[in-house]
Amino acid sequence: MIRVSDLRKSFAEVEAVAAVSFTAENGEITGLLGPNGAGKSTTLRMIASLLKADDGRILIDDVDIAKDPIEARRRIGVLSHASGLYPHLTARENIRYFAVLHGMSRPQTDRRCDELQSLLDMHDIMDRRAKGFSQGQRLKTALARALVHAPKNLILDEPTNGLDVMAVRALRELLSALRQSGHCILFSSHVMQEVAMLCDRVVVIAHGRVVAQGTIEELRAQSAEPNLEDAFVKLIGSAEGIN
Amino acid sequence: MRSIFLVFAKEFLENLRDRRTIMAALVFGPVLGPIMLAALLQISTSRGGDSLDEPMTLAVVGSQYAPQLMGLLESRDITITPVELDEVQARRAVREREHATVLRVPEHFATRFANAAPAPLQLFVDASDRFGGFKEAERVRGVLERYGTELGQTRLLVRGVDPLLLAPIVVQPVDVSTPASRAALMLGILSYLVIFAMLMGGMYLAIDSTAGERERGSLEALLTMPLPRSYLIYGKILATSAYMLIAVSLTVAACTVTLQFIRLEEFGMSIALGPVSALLIVLFVSPLILFGASLMTVVASFTRSFREAQSYLGMVISVPTLPLAFIGVLGLTPTAWLYMVPSLSQHFLLTQVLRGETPSILNVLISASVSLTIGMILAWVAGRLYEREAILG
Repeated sequence: MIRVSDLRKSFAEVEAVAAVSFTAENGEITGLLGPNGAGKSTTLRMIASLLKADDGRILIDDVDIAKDPIEARRRIGVLSHASGLYPHLTARENIRYFAVLHGMSRPQTDRRCDELQSLLDMHDIMDRRAKGFSQGQRLKTALARALVHAPKNLILDEPTNGLDVMAVRALRELLSALRQSGHCILFSSHVMQEVAMLCDRVVVIAHGRVVAQGTIEELRAQSAEPNLEDAFVKLIGSAEGIN
Repeated sequence: MRSIFLVFAKEFLENLRDRRTIMAALVFGPVLGPIMLAALLQISTSRGGDSLDEPMTLAVVGSQYAPQLMGLLESRDITITPVELDEVQARRAVREREHATVLRVPEHFATRFANAAPAPLQLFVDASDRFGGFKEAERVRGVLERYGTELGQTRLLVRGVDPLLLAPIVVQPVDVSTPASRAALMLGILSYLVIFAMLMGGMYLAIDSTAGERERGSLEALLTMPLPRSYLIYGKILATSAYMLIAVSLTVAACTVTLQFIRLEEFGMSIALGPVSALLIVLFVSPLILFGASLMTVVASFTRSFREAQSYLGMVISVPTLPLAFIGVLGLTPTAWLYMVPSLSQHFLLTQVLRGETPSILNVLISASVSLTIGMILAWVAGRLYEREAILG
């Protein structure tokens, strides 16, 4: 479970995140939806403890990220926006590196690699060097790397960017399966259809603020727009007085 | 501590598969070192004048006017080739390197010679051709002048004048240089080479593990690992240091082996580079490794891309090696405080070992402790840099 309250972050003069509060429950997929530059990535980076919040609080399963960032990091898997791999290492070696940094033993790591290999259907690429991997193969490896320590919470920053239809489908199925097994999944996107198709709850962010949150149905009702796209535009627009 | 080792192990193994790192660490120094040594020797021997007695040919215009002189030159292993050229043609022939040098005997040479009047000879030479025509012309001039002096002395004797009157002062240079000190240039180049090869060995790894990691987008994921960020950078610095140690050891080893095959004594030089001094050199230089690795890592951390890092590190590498290039010009003599300057102190220790001297323990300790301390401070700075958010770029 991830609980965020009153998160704030400024870069120099620019206020990237002004007031963000939400809760992402276990066994649910929570989507951060918002236009580019709304503060989604900054929020996720703070939750991943890559950035320090100026103000506010982040709890990962009751662990305060500001007080114990190391323990908080053990409890989350992060698939960052630019999920680069080490080109001279094989997929397995890439995954194994993160496993050992998480303090996993060799037999543990090998077992986990085998599990992930079947879970993500990576049989053909597991022992190939990452140099020259396709976008989809890179994503699978990066995802396996993020999941290697079997974290309860998973954060994905715009995971479907640059993926073809088949890869997006595979990712969707995987996330649904993880939800089934009780994981807490938080991901960001600016593609509304994607969020609508996958998420149990949606947090709409614009200009660094949460402008609406709830299930898809609740958002439709809140904006009084039956069409989701119209609802989205209205929610973002009405909050900031543009439109 | 375990995680520092894990990062080190991964960087070390990954870079074994990187052609650039391998080239820089394992090929560049060990191959270039001996080649440079050989090239240097070539230059110093060709300057040494050992080739004076090699047979040479000399183009002569008007050789028929001075047959006796020609005989003298032939007796000094200079083969005469008679040619027919006027003055303009002779100039052009030398300038275009058709002949290395041309000697012209004027028609009236014999008459003036017989009358004991100064008999002129023209020697055409291209002074910019330092190792070709110029050297040959100098040799011909030497032979002719010696002959002229002897002849002059004979003429004085014939007239009843003691020729020694013409030599009121005799200067005798006494050469006190030893074979080792004659090798000073070689020593300077050798220590420059060793330090340069050492820095080269770690350069690509320093870039790859910082700017490279950010550029290919693996840095963010790495920073979400449950360990202090500074541990990551310490592991990377250690891996860079390991490659530098390998590079420097291989370079010294290659130079040592090469020098066993070159008999420097024949060139009047000696460099004490056997297995023991090779070990000492690696030992004395190694405190500089942490300094170099941390410095390169810090600089590369500030850059945005691999390319940018490459151009900056090109400059950084020249900083520790610059003092060595200028040391001869500056005429620095090693004093205690100069042993506190990293790279300079290693250079002094290196040249001492190569000269066959034993450096004082105190100087060794000063050199090692100062370099190590600065290296550790720089490593700490690198660690601090990674704690900053700006490192994400």
